[in-house]
Amino acid sequence: MARAPAPLFLRPASYRRRRRRDAARLLPFVGAFLFLLPILWSPQETARRDTGPDGIYLFVTWALLILLAYFLSRALAAPGEGDDPEAEGGAAEDEG
Amino acid sequence: MPFNILVLSCLAYVVFLFLVAWAVERRADRGGLNGRLAFLRSPLVYTLSLSIYCTAWTFYGAVGYAARSGLEFVTIYLGPTLVFVGWWWILRKLVRIGRQQRVTSIADLISSRFGKSNLLGVIVTVMAVVAATPYIALQLQSVTLSFSVFASPTNDGFAPPGAEATAIWVAGGLALFTILFGTRNLDAKEQHHGIVTAIAVEAVVKLLALLAVGIFVVWGLAGGVADVIARIDASRIADWDLQPGRWAGLIFVSAAAVICLPRMFQVMVVENADDRHLLTASWAFPLYLFAMSLFIVPIAVVGLERMPEGANPDMFVLTLPLAEGQGALAMLAFLGGFSSATSMVIVESIALATMVSNHIVMPLWLKVLPQRAVSGDLRRLVIFARRISIAAVLALGYAYYRLSGGSAALAAIGLIAFVGVAQFLPAMVFGIFWRGATRVGAGLGLGAGFVVWMYALFLPSFGPDAVLSARIFAEGPLGISWLRPYALFGVEGMDPLLHALFWSLFVNTAVFLIGSLLTFPGPVERMQGAAFVRVFDMDESGPRGWSRGIAEPEDLLMMAQRILGDDESLVFFEGEAKAQGKAGYLPDPTPEFMARLERRLAGSVGAATAHAMISQLAGRATVTVEDLMAVASESAQIMEYTARLESQQEELTRTARALSEANEKLTQLSVQKDAFLSQISHELRTPMTSIRAFSEILTEGDLPPEMVANYGRIIHDEAKRLTRLLDDLLDLSVLENGTVQLNLELANLSQMLDRALQSAGHTRPERSFMIHRDLPMENIFIRTDADRLVQVFINLISNSRKYCDATAPEMRIAVRQRAGRVIVDFIDNGSGIPKDKQALIFEKFARLTDQTRAGGAGLGLAICREIMANLGGTITYLPGQRGAAFRVTLPLRLERQAMA
Repeated sequence: MARAPAPLFLRPASYRRRRRRDAARLLPFVGAFLFLLPILWSPQETARRDTGPDGIYLFVTWALLILLAYFLSRALAAPGEGDDPEAEGGAAEDEG
Repeated sequence: MPFNILVLSCLAYVVFLFLVAWAVERRADRGGLNGRLAFLRSPLVYTLSLSIYCTAWTFYGAVGYAARSGLEFVTIYLGPTLVFVGWWWILRKLVRIGRQQRVTSIADLISSRFGKSNLLGVIVTVMAVVAATPYIALQLQSVTLSFSVFASPTNDGFAPPGAEATAIWVAGGLALFTILFGTRNLDAKEQHHGIVTAIAVEAVVKLLALLAVGIFVVWGLAGGVADVIARIDASRIADWDLQPGRWAGLIFVSAAAVICLPRMFQVMVVENADDRHLLTASWAFPLYLFAMSLFIVPIAVVGLERMPEGANPDMFVLTLPLAEGQGALAMLAFLGGFSSATSMVIVESIALATMVSNHIVMPLWLKVLPQRAVSGDLRRLVIFARRISIAAVLALGYAYYRLSGGSAALAAIGLIAFVGVAQFLPAMVFGIFWRGATRVGAGLGLGAGFVVWMYALFLPSFGPDAVLSARIFAEGPLGISWLRPYALFGVEGMDPLLHALFWSLFVNTAVFLIGSLLTFPGPVERMQGAAFVRVFDMDESGPRGWSRGIAEPEDLLMMAQRILGDDESLVFFEGEAKAQGKAGYLPDPTPEFMARLERRLAGSVGAATAHAMISQLAGRATVTVEDLMAVASESAQIMEYTARLESQQEELTRTARALSEANEKLTQLSVQKDAFLSQISHELRTPMTSIRAFSEILTEGDLPPEMVANYGRIIHDEAKRLTRLLDDLLDLSVLENGTVQLNLELANLSQMLDRALQSAGHTRPERSFMIHRDLPMENIFIRTDADRLVQVFINLISNSRKYCDATAPEMRIAVRQRAGRVIVDFIDNGSGIPKDKQALIFEKFARLTDQTRAGGAGLGLAICREIMANLGGTITYLPGQRGAAFRVTLPLRLERQAMA
């Protein structure tokens, strides 16, 4: 649909808002990387088995991810979120 | 624990859930969940309802899984965690699409995205039912197992029934509960507040139960955290090897399943009340999964240590507290497992039943009896189809349980179902992100993935020689070795689950993409594709599929009433008419209105069926590829300019429509006023003439006394007629000025109707009239001016007696209460009032026919309208009732200050 040419640079408030959304988009990839990490250090053949430490690593990572998601959702729910006058339609272009 | 006490506590628990669901439904019926119960629509309840992801498989099976394969069980919860943490990508879009398109199920989503194709809906429905059957069997099996574990050590001579009997009782009970609450009404947009709340309660119970067992194990049986870690390293779980392929594959498949499982889709998208609930769920649901998984390994380790060799690790959550003599804890654990199984089965069967009724039963019905789209009660049919489907789904689950013998480990069955539903993933994800995805591609991809899944995973799961012979496993069908179920295309030595997951999704995606690249989508498909992919950019504008003015609004209203019910469709039509600047219940059939109506119907019967039903009234959708091209080729500036012009024009059109309606009314009124003036001069002159004539004769004197008396009576009668006419006029002007004195009192509606019927009986007493009343509903007390109200009723009833032209005239008086107002409908079976006259009947001096035999001066309904305005209510004509119908609405309690 038609829209006015998006501004090239954004005001700080809009800029922060878009970075928060970027963070929300990034988070699952961080999580996936951390959850897949045990594959790298636990090749099948190691004689030493360490279910305990592995488990602790996984659960700590998990808790960390939940914590991050919590703070992100707080930030995304902040008042003013959503009525970004410069953001209309400009989902992921250049600066925004 | 004695078996009957166990059954009793289960029953008590179910009754408790039932009461919760019932109370919430009742509140929701009565003007919504506001005030004190607002939390029932909060993100918390939404998150808790998502916990049906954790079925009995989690509750019991996870411990067994951990005992067998160490930390691998945790992948089943890591996948969903990633999906929810990354909600901005997929879930946000899914939920928005679901709300905007009024999606009723995952089959509806896919069918709607690909041009409202019902064939796709059927494919998805069949796949979902097949994949869900073992999963439901799994729940029955776990409840049965827990029953047998719990009930076996009795010595009071009472033998608990066998596993089959338990399973059938459980299946039957669940079917009953689900039917009672899942199909109580055909809700717009398929939401079930009662069930969702009951499930949130169950979510709390199962979490508490598992945490309690975990805490008991870690700090009661073992010596705290450090001790547990030491025991883990000493136990045989420590021998577990992480298999990289399975690890990554299971995280992926569980991530796919959490979006694609019909029950998850139901609670996540269909029952979603507010987009913003996802914000909370994005961290709270992973937290729930985290809490559920935290104590799994400790329970497994301590269980392996303490329980006798050969004990079923799937039941450790229950057997461990039992063996340690913790009866109460075991009972809690039992209820937790019971909750997990029941909530899953309830939601799954509702979701599947919606799919079966919307995509299989309804289209079949419309195909077999096309005329039923415009007549016949569809609501009852849909609800009936759902009930049958719920029972059928549970029966299938039970049959699978019996056939498979209920022996396989819990985790294996769950994973088979996960891989099955993961086949929806390509069609769904590409469908919402890629406008190039087409129906042919989606259909072929789904079909291919389904076939591979069936052949490589589902059928082999019954074991060699059960469905597929052992020879096929060893040599492939017809000796073609590269078609062996566990070694497709010669890939040997892969884990069977991973093998099936890889091949089915690979084939599915490849066929889907190639099919989409090679085929050309139809117009409806392209419209829907644009609406789905650009859901955040497009408000509800965009090209519309229906052409203007073919369908009669009254026909549309009648059809809507069959699906949405009388009240809802009248409210909807009234709102639409108001938005167009029209009064009354019949909006113009503009393309925008038709599209909104279609979406509204889709919320009850699915997009494909709604589309088919409207095309029967409005003709085929008239949008063509050229239309779409024309829209797309216009340059951006023109589009923007047009949009601005359009919005201005729309406003102008609305004003113009209102003005022209007003003008039309004024012209007609002026004509009527002239007619009335001549009418009233005539009415006044006729009695005047005879009064003058007879009084002249009387003044001449010397007449026989009987003639004097006779002439006197004539003069008196004529004078009375004059007075009555003047009284009516006076009454009207008093009412219009608002200077009328109201005599407020409490009065019984039923008695008022009795009085009205009795008085109205004097009008054309030679006609026999059949009256249908609803006495129990009528029995309410209203604070109002009873005499005035009765006057309105008398007027309506005697009008009907005068004008109803049916040979066997009947009248139905329906009374309803809604939101502090009383609604009384008077509906007769005559030919009704023609559409062009409906707007005029409440005006003064309006008369539909020129027959003076009716006797009135055309003031009756005008007086009624003024009376109702004075009583704080309204009187309107109800179209689409197959006869003349009037609706009187008035407040239950009229307050004095409201009278001004």
